Amino acid sequence: MQFIINGAAYDADPDIRTSLLDLLRDHLGLTGTKKGCDHGQCGACTVLVGGRRINACLTLAVMHDGDTITTIEGLAEGDALHPMQAAFVKHDGFQCGYCTPGQIMSAVGMLDEVRAGMPSHVSASLDTIELSEDEISERMSGNLCRCSAYPNIVDAIAEVAGLAPADREVAGA
Amino acid sequence: MKPFSYARADSPEAAVAAIGATSSGGARFIAGGTNLLDLMKLQIEAPEALVDISRLDLAQVEEHDGGVRIGALVPNSDLAAHPLIRARYPMLARALLSGASAQLRNKATTGGNLLQRTRCYYFYDTAAPCNKRAPGTGCNAQGGFNRIHAVLGTSEHCIATHPSDMAVAMRALDAVVVTLQPGGDRRRIALADLYRLPGDTPQIETSLQPGELITHIELPAPPVGKQLYRKVRDRASYAFAVVSVAAAIAVEDGTISSARLAFGGLAPMPWRNAAVEAALIGQPAGTAAFEAAADALLKDARGQGHNDFKIPLMRRTLIAALRDLTEAAR
Repeated sequence: MQFIINGAAYDADPDIRTSLLDLLRDHLGLTGTKKGCDHGQCGACTVLVGGRRINACLTLAVMHDGDTITTIEGLAEGDALHPMQAAFVKHDGFQCGYCTPGQIMSAVGMLDEVRAGMPSHVSASLDTIELSEDEISERMSGNLCRCSAYPNIVDAIAEVAGLAPADREVAGA
Repeated sequence: MKPFSYARADSPEAAVAAIGATSSGGARFIAGGTNLLDLMKLQIEAPEALVDISRLDLAQVEEHDGGVRIGALVPNSDLAAHPLIRARYPMLARALLSGASAQLRNKATTGGNLLQRTRCYYFYDTAAPCNKRAPGTGCNAQGGFNRIHAVLGTSEHCIATHPSDMAVAMRALDAVVVTLQPGGDRRRIALADLYRLPGDTPQIETSLQPGELITHIELPAPPVGKQLYRKVRDRASYAFAVVSVAAAIAVEDGTISSARLAFGGLAPMPWRNAAVEAALIGQPAGTAAFEAAADALLKDARGQGHNDFKIPLMRRTLIAALRDLTEAAR
């Protein structure tokens, strides 16, 4: 099997039962992606496959042979943090930090979904999507934070999304 | 996970042939895998072979015969966002968006969503008896913790619910499942006929034959009137329905002229009852008709203790949904 991860080619021949998450962590040494529940409930293992966010724990590595994958290690350019990483630092969007790689990967994927005009459960209209704090919370509901850093996570994402502070106060009041 | 063999199919015909080659019945198709792999990790499912259908060319949504034809591999997120679905079948878009998380919707497929298994606690607990997981062992949900369980369509052998939101909207929309059978024949199955009530064989959940592959789901032209999907759940996001309703209602001159309704969280399958629609059609859009519809739906409902609340909750949810849908017309 071969995978294009963060722009580099990786070869691996794991047991057929190996999840994409275990491939990354145990076979390729990419331990930035975290294992929380291992059942698709917590979002700590979120990575981008072909640009879309998925739970790496709930898919087999073999099913992604040849795919292009982005993990948390692939966001920064050298020492320059990705804007989402910088915003999480600025807004203190974490406490213990275990869920953070998944939160950041999910947020990056989420904003691409918003740019593509994909609606969410809280979108008043299915046609015109306007990002708000409520939209961010709903769209990030697949990422749990047991430290409950949610307000700061939402602030970090809102800043990257370019939400005006006034909009955020209204939605978060 | 138990060991299994793996093969990737390059055509639907090759997929059903590969499944047929493992004659013991221990093979499964895998597409999104979000439910199957979860169950395999817990050894609730332990297939001896997986046939990977995820790269088959079955991921299009296209206009078809006045309605739409949906490839079985269309991800839930793409289906919800598709312009045809948003414009003509908003109840389906809303049902999809109310289910699971964004990560899961990006992976879960249309066909797989239909075939997902129940989230009954006892089905998931391999230390507990469960007639669905281990036929003949019993059902601890009855007399046990049954807050999430069914109040309609149950049997003494099983009271599990079907967990899908998408399937509830598709039931109201008269969806038809198109399959490819191992012999190469195609079959069209009304969604109403895809699912089976538990009876004394709760382990048999659908009318699909071993090795039969869902290739498409067809929706006829959308129903007239306004559409809605309303879901009640224990938290605001990322939770299964306690109860839900998918509805399309048309009102002409204050009288209900068309009604299509299906319900989630109530039964072992997405639930529909012609008597509910008959109680509405031809009646003035108002409380009397709405209450009559709720009476028709819940006449035979029976709680098991913890889930007794679902019966009044469903009544209020249905009436509220009907009020919302007819407000402008009353």
